[in-house]
Amino acid sequence: MPAVAMHISNGIIDNQVALLFAAIALAGLGLCFVQGRRELDDRLVPMAGLVAAFIFAVQMLNFQVLPGVSGHLLGGTLAAILVGPYLGAICVSIVLVVQALIFSDGGVTALGLNVTNMALLGTAAGYLLVATLLRVLPRRAWTLTVAAVIASVVSVTVASQGFVLQYYLGGAVDVGRSLGAIAAAMAGTHLLIGLGEGVITALTVTYVAKVRPDLVYAVRNLKRPVVSEAVTV
Amino acid sequence: MGAGHSHALFVHRDSPVHALAPEVKITASVLFTVAVVATPREALWAFGGYLVVIVAVAFTARIGLGWLALRSLIELPFILFAFALPFLGHGERVHWLGLSLSVDGLYGAWNIVAKGTLGVLSSLLLAGTTTPRDLLLGLDRLRCPTMITQIATFMLRYLDVLAAEGRRMRIAQRSRGYDPRFLWQIKGFASGIGALFLRAFERGERVYLAMVSRGYEGRIPLSLAGAGATARQWAAAAPVPVVAGAIATVALLG
Repeated sequence: MPAVAMHISNGIIDNQVALLFAAIALAGLGLCFVQGRRELDDRLVPMAGLVAAFIFAVQMLNFQVLPGVSGHLLGGTLAAILVGPYLGAICVSIVLVVQALIFSDGGVTALGLNVTNMALLGTAAGYLLVATLLRVLPRRAWTLTVAAVIASVVSVTVASQGFVLQYYLGGAVDVGRSLGAIAAAMAGTHLLIGLGEGVITALTVTYVAKVRPDLVYAVRNLKRPVVSEAVTV
Repeated sequence: MGAGHSHALFVHRDSPVHALAPEVKITASVLFTVAVVATPREALWAFGGYLVVIVAVAFTARIGLGWLALRSLIELPFILFAFALPFLGHGERVHWLGLSLSVDGLYGAWNIVAKGTLGVLSSLLLAGTTTPRDLLLGLDRLRCPTMITQIATFMLRYLDVLAAEGRRMRIAQRSRGYDPRFLWQIKGFASGIGALFLRAFERGERVYLAMVSRGYEGRIPLSLAGAGATARQWAAAAPVPVVAGAIATVALLG
């Protein structure tokens, strides 16, 4: 069965808007590289390559949702929680570049749009939400799990609304008030995708946080430990 | 949702296109795509012209049209989106077989189908005639930020290792009588992903230390004998962007 693209292809969004978002994507990635260097110095490149490969490998694992319907993880929030928003955004971007060039998924002229939606918007929304929830919610065994589910749902939905914004700015067809319908359809399907994404992300990060809490970026920098006192391994 | 990307698209053939330096092919493919995207959607003939260019390159590269057609199915969700547009669009409408369709919507749908398909075909020809490693080498020679090419190089090197690790873990799981693949077994599936991350990260740290002890200074050399493209190779690939550029110019002026 051939793979089906979920990334914006050429010709959907007009050239000016595509260029604008390419500039936004470049600026955002530049910031991530500066911050990433600060955190990881010369380990940045090999570790980012490894995490990017991990996201890619995880996307290959299909999971049966219903008989005949299988899905796979997108991995943006997972990467942000595990390795932080900056490295996470870099890795998702590299995955997108490789998918566009080597696997023809996503248009080459639409790379800026895809990177802005999935790598920048998605990762930033996911990480901000997890970081906030971990500080706001009471410390229980389920805190990280719940925060990861909510963050994944919001992250995937926000990324899909990035497409709606881009379509509003420079869509191929002026659909007028139907834009609301497109927004609702995108939000609806991505809410469902986000739920699946959220459950797997949450279970995965909870598992890693139990075994090696020092490897979970979102938990590592908290003043009070979030999982260790509540965990029974 | 997609089924992931399990293997690269490279088609092993012996052809003049395969023999070209990667930076030449990347440049030609990107310029071609830019020309296609810049073409006004009303110039229907121009897209026919682009398709002729694609078929000519595919013929030279000895890549079958069936292969191209099958792989371009990746674009299907956007084609479906395009089919909705004639019903959603505003303004002047035409009536056809009892359906009321927006003219702007029809052009928009055509725009997405034509430009999207030509873009995918052009990328497929690039990926089909260039190995992933060569693609990164080409990007590096085109002065793409080293950070991106270096990370992508590591990624490609780790990718097969991680995929194999994942397969091994799955075999180990199944040989112990556990095969989580349904919704209610999602926890087993997720801890598998968590374990894969731990193993991957620990392997990465180990490999990094091994590299540092062997003199790694933050950059692996992408090419050992980096000759780069010759003028003749650039000239050989030039017809693609030149013809596409000419079609786009005529369409823009016309």
